[in-house]
Amino acid sequence: MGVLLRAQGVSKSFGGVQALREISLSIDQGEIYGLIGPNGAGKTTFFNALTGLYSCDRGEFEFDGKPLKVRAPHEVARAGIARTFQNIRLFANMTALENVMVGRHLRTRAGVIGAVLRDRATRAEEQAIEVRARELLDYVGIAGRANDLARHLAYGDQRRLEIARALATEPRLLALDEPAAGMNATETASLRDLIEALRRDGITILLIEHDVRLVMGLCDRVAVLDYGEKIAEDVPEKVQKDAKVIEAYLGGSLA
Amino acid sequence: MDIFIQQIINGLVLGSIYALVALGYTMVYGIMGLINFAHGEVVMIGALTSLSIIKLLAGTSLPGPVVVLIGLAGAIPVCMALGFTIERVAYRPLRAAPRLAPLITAIGVSIVLQQVGMLIWGRNYHAFPGLLPTTPRHILGAQITDLQVLIVVLAALIMAALILLVNTTRIGRAMRATAENPDIAGLMGVDVNQIISITFVIGSALAAVAGVMVSANYSIAHYYMGFILGLKAFTAAVLGGIGNMGGAMLGGVLLGLIESLGAGYIGDLTGGFLGSNYQDVFAFFVLILVLVFRPSGLMGEKLAERA
Repeated sequence: MGVLLRAQGVSKSFGGVQALREISLSIDQGEIYGLIGPNGAGKTTFFNALTGLYSCDRGEFEFDGKPLKVRAPHEVARAGIARTFQNIRLFANMTALENVMVGRHLRTRAGVIGAVLRDRATRAEEQAIEVRARELLDYVGIAGRANDLARHLAYGDQRRLEIARALATEPRLLALDEPAAGMNATETASLRDLIEALRRDGITILLIEHDVRLVMGLCDRVAVLDYGEKIAEDVPEKVQKDAKVIEAYLGGSLA
Repeated sequence: MDIFIQQIINGLVLGSIYALVALGYTMVYGIMGLINFAHGEVVMIGALTSLSIIKLLAGTSLPGPVVVLIGLAGAIPVCMALGFTIERVAYRPLRAAPRLAPLITAIGVSIVLQQVGMLIWGRNYHAFPGLLPTTPRHILGAQITDLQVLIVVLAALIMAALILLVNTTRIGRAMRATAENPDIAGLMGVDVNQIISITFVIGSALAAVAGVMVSANYSIAHYYMGFILGLKAFTAAVLGGIGNMGGAMLGGVLLGLIESLGAGYIGDLTGGFLGSNYQDVFAFFVLILVLVFRPSGLMGEKLAERA
């Protein structure tokens, strides 16, 4: 098992706030890697730095052995990294199916000329895009909602749709930003099954999550962030017993 | 009654042209929230480029409609290249700037293009050679020329093709995704810069077609023609709901009809005090009414999100 993603000394500050301080970590091929920490610890900032929404002040990412240099957001997707969002960011006025089809953009070719001529190759590709998108909707369990506008889907289904759209880009690393936020116990359980299925299908997963039980049950390894610093990284059982982690979560007085 | 029918026909012809130009405004606004005030000048460049080509070929033995078609075919790529360059040079460097900066730049580009037009084609009005059959047909007491029929039909076909492009193709999907949220579209693998370029190029191609139509219909072209035409098409886009493509089509046709009917009846209504030369007043009166009473336009609903 090789290393898929390596972060080296990643730092980012906003004004006087040091959101990320020298974060280094590495994620192995095929594992589920959890990133946890109290609110404001820098988890989402780390995601945004990784996916190029922010540039980091210092430090670098290496993906699949090559430096990840991002000049435009679509290059992250092209490299093989896809993500979902803590606050859902679907294309609200497009159907569920179309949302996933947008994710296929990167892996398909047809341009304006094809669109105007509608030649055989273009139509065949369009057909293939739709077939694949329907498969992905089925995979995440919302095939029945294909033609509904994304904004009309139930909350849990919107989260699933985001995962399907991300999968459409054929990622090697799927970054999930609090996928269980706002879900009830049943929805969380089926989300867990979905993430397990993704792992079986060979997708490496970086998971930010508040639901500690979900993280501890799913992840192979967990890193804990607190005030922008990595304070622990280990298998879930050890992290749970780490003194610094307990202090970060429960406050200094109790530790 | 025959005046009424006649003005409806004239309004439809004018409205089709407005709609084509309005689409260029609305597509760019929809995708990047920018009002491209230089768009009217692209129409002008299209009209004058085709005029130059047509004048060059007018002496040959080619039949008139073929000459006009070649002129159109020459103007389209010129305008496409121009639209691409405008975005690349003037707007892309300002993508992250406050919204006022690209807006003012757009006005600057518009002035630059007018001056370029003047340098190339001079200050004079150019007569558009009468190469197309203009024998009128009579319908219900009104007259309509083959050219006018052609303008309406061609505009309708182009708009239908555009609707298909946007709604059923890979590029169209990426355009809609970018319009909803460029950052997210990028993260999902859409090359946002490429999609913005394509949007400018398509809008400019429509502008070229509209430029040839308007100068053929009124038999005249001029370096300053893009200014007022652009403002009216912008009004049409706002009337329909800027950012909404169906709205631009509806707004264009409606504005054409309002202007034509207004010009046809203003003399009677004011007892001869105001004449049809006050035609332009209607468009801007409509703009004011829309901005006061329904700023999101007839079909718009998403304006607040952008503002």
